[in-house]
Amino acid sequence: MTIKETQDELISDFSFMENWMDKYEYIIQLGKDLPLIDEKYKTPDNLIKGCQSQVWLHTEMIDGKLVFTADSDAVITKGLISLMVSVLSNHTPKEITEADLYFIEAIGLTSHLSPTRSNGLLSMLKQMKMYAFAYQATSQSQKNGTEL
Amino acid sequence: MQHVPDITVPALDVEKIRRDFPLLQEKVYGLPLVYLDNAATTQKPQVVLDALEQYYTTINSNVHRGVHHLSQRATDAYEGARKIIASFINAQKPEEVIFTKGTTDGINLVANSFGRSVIKPGDIVLVSAMEHHSNIVPWQIMCEDRGAELQVIPMNEQGELLMDQFSALLNDRVKIIAVTWVSNALGTVNPVHEIISRAHARNIPVLLDAAQAIQHMPVDVQELDVDFLVFSGHKLYGPTGIGVLYGKEEWLDKLPPYQGGGDMIKTVTFAKTIYNVLPYKFEAGTPDISGAIALGTAVEYVQKAGIENIQQWEEQLMEYATQRLQEVEGLRFIGQAKKKSGAISFLVDDIHPYDLGELLDKQGIAIRTGHHCAEPVMSAFCIPGTVRASFAMYTTMEDIDKLVAGIQKAASMLR
Repeated sequence: MTIKETQDELISDFSFMENWMDKYEYIIQLGKDLPLIDEKYKTPDNLIKGCQSQVWLHTEMIDGKLVFTADSDAVITKGLISLMVSVLSNHTPKEITEADLYFIEAIGLTSHLSPTRSNGLLSMLKQMKMYAFAYQATSQSQKNGTEL
Repeated sequence: MQHVPDITVPALDVEKIRRDFPLLQEKVYGLPLVYLDNAATTQKPQVVLDALEQYYTTINSNVHRGVHHLSQRATDAYEGARKIIASFINAQKPEEVIFTKGTTDGINLVANSFGRSVIKPGDIVLVSAMEHHSNIVPWQIMCEDRGAELQVIPMNEQGELLMDQFSALLNDRVKIIAVTWVSNALGTVNPVHEIISRAHARNIPVLLDAAQAIQHMPVDVQELDVDFLVFSGHKLYGPTGIGVLYGKEEWLDKLPPYQGGGDMIKTVTFAKTIYNVLPYKFEAGTPDISGAIALGTAVEYVQKAGIENIQQWEEQLMEYATQRLQEVEGLRFIGQAKKKSGAISFLVDDIHPYDLGELLDKQGIAIRTGHHCAEPVMSAFCIPGTVRASFAMYTTMEDIDKLVAGIQKAASMLR
């Protein structure tokens, strides 16, 4: 599935839930199902700044695609991470950096989450895109290197 | 069978009081608001809102300056508010009441002026382990500046100060003690009379942070014999941006001004400025006139309800809340002092306080989560933060029932 398709599917899933308690229930479930980050990656380096709760994000390149794993000490945060991971994980750095992420706004997360939470969400997103940029830059320079 | 506590009929007509507060009639997410974040700020009664509006629509003018009619009326109202507050805390003179921006501003004023005039390298400032950041950082800044040392009165696991250790910390190097009367994070009521008398036995002055006390219990500065006492207007049903520093006249006379500017001077030449008398010496610039007047109105509102009645009602609320919260499986209280007031901090199992807070919010229940600007307290208990429910004179037993039901629901979703 493309990044756009995953986003559209999430928007449709959320649109079936009438009230915010149901939406939270869904987010919490996603949090509980989130593939956990390997304990060894829960390092200060992988800790995302700007989150009120602790969030660790680890990135790996597998067959040209970026794979994200993450964890948090807060379950709702984990659920939100899970949303991000399901949208962005398993895509090439190019796809991630070029992705137009509209689902957060469309689901209504920005207006319903507490400001600290939505700031955290944005930091997380920024971090994920930064990793993609970094991988893209590295592969670009390697490519340039071989051409020379 | 569940024990139903005796609920004495309050001397306070809580339902009538609630009708005086417009914001309590509002809904959030379509649900009636359950406001249990009163330690952060209280809601305002209509009379306070009216006082603010009336000031700007009828007497807005600068104080202490003009000879014209409006300026006289504004000055009378502003100074009238000072008298109301002086009488509320039983200050000897209205001049001992300095208007500030709030508790933080008052502590900064004392730390700065006291530091510059009294503190020398090697001196000690004593604070307690349960202080709000605003009763730590101003002293730290001053100590760093003066080459002095900040020492801490420790507390036990219940969140009570260790008074033996407090006594052991007292020596001739200690120049001032700054402690909170009631802990904002734990609800602990500290033995302030004992602290003051032991300090005074060694001629050490005491500053009390009364930000979480002034709205919950009678405060008599003469009976306390306290040297400085600070509080905020907005936690006492008044507006934000206005607060009070009480200081004994002898101390305020002795201390140099904190800020320079208009109103705090008698004469100014480029060679030398003569400072104004109390209280103006510490009120540089145009003050928050409307805020001060409206705070006076808020204090009158509290006096009309009766601070003793408020205290009695809130003690019943605390008792009922403590008992009802114990029904929640896995709930543990953070801070179990014998004497608590106004606030209850807790955690449920290993549920993150932010998760719990967010799900309570979505049920229309406003509580505070986090470290409550008291990170050292959270470190002492090895926790990232707590959930805190805090009460006011308009809090009802029904609010507490809704809180408990809200926690049950949130916890069942999060477990």
